[in-house]
Amino acid sequence: MGVIEDIEKSQMKKEIQPFKVGDTIKVFSKIIEGGKERSQGFEGIVIKRQGGGVGETFTVRKIVQGIGVERTFPLHSPKVEKISVLRSGKVRRAKLYYLRKRVGSQAIRVEEEKAAPASEAAKESA
Amino acid sequence: MANLLGKKIGMTQIFNENGDVVSVTVIEAGPCVVTQVKTEAKDGYRAIQVGFGQTKKITKPLAGHLKGLKARHLREFRVEKPEDFKVGQEIKVDVFKPGDIVEVAGVSIGKGFAGVIKRYHHARGPMTHGSKSHRIPGSIGAGTTPGRVIKGRPMPGRMGAVRVTVPSLRVVSIDTEKSLLLLNGAVPGKQGNLLLINRTSEAKADKGKK
Repeated sequence: MGVIEDIEKSQMKKEIQPFKVGDTIKVFSKIIEGGKERSQGFEGIVIKRQGGGVGETFTVRKIVQGIGVERTFPLHSPKVEKISVLRSGKVRRAKLYYLRKRVGSQAIRVEEEKAAPASEAAKESA
Repeated sequence: MANLLGKKIGMTQIFNENGDVVSVTVIEAGPCVVTQVKTEAKDGYRAIQVGFGQTKKITKPLAGHLKGLKARHLREFRVEKPEDFKVGQEIKVDVFKPGDIVEVAGVSIGKGFAGVIKRYHHARGPMTHGSKSHRIPGSIGAGTTPGRVIKGRPMPGRMGAVRVTVPSLRVVSIDTEKSLLLLNGAVPGKQGNLLLINRTSEAKADKGKK
């Protein structure tokens, strides 16, 4: 049969910029403001990728004026125009909820992919 | 009025023209065939009988009634003008168009013998502190006065597997090639359930919302 699968496939994007949890990315999303359409960027750390298929979503977290802001985007939404990976992070969790408890400079610290000192990696998993 | 029989395929989500997520039920709607036209003069009421699906197992009396037409399920729809329909006429999913408001009837999922918490949304009793009344119905009435249980008292019993009509569902899109109907919202029953789809007038749909 696969009627549902066909519909879902038609809704999914053909190509998606590969990124994973822990990466620092910038998401360009379409917004309509006063009848005009423009692109808005949202930059932060990917703290989770959730769901599968057409319903997959990802959450980006950033700190604005000392307050944590998280935004969840549907991965296949036509409103999400472009995703660019700024830094790829090395993490040991699928969901980075522990970043929510962190304050100050630690709150946005995720080790970069290459050359990670052992002490830093230990701090990550704590 | 537009009426159609269909089969529930399942649910998924699509993005609409604004890019927003819309949850949809996918229904294999039609093609249906008119098997009988019922008129006021002959039958005392105005309706059409339509058939949907195919089966090899047709009893002889049914074969005589269908006169060569193929149908697995037969259902009737009340219509204003049965004269507009002919026996053997095919009704396809294109009787609907995106934006139409429809109501969908079907048999809901059977829940078996259910207690009052599931069946009537009663509150649960305390789980601790010596309480034993975890999920029990509680008091069903006063004592000597009135001396009986009031009719309609919510009690445990069979739940689900009854005919349910969901009013005012919006048609999101149709696929005439595959006979698919995509509705915004949920419909009764499991996948494969037979559904009766009626287009409702705008006024009626608004009333259902309130």
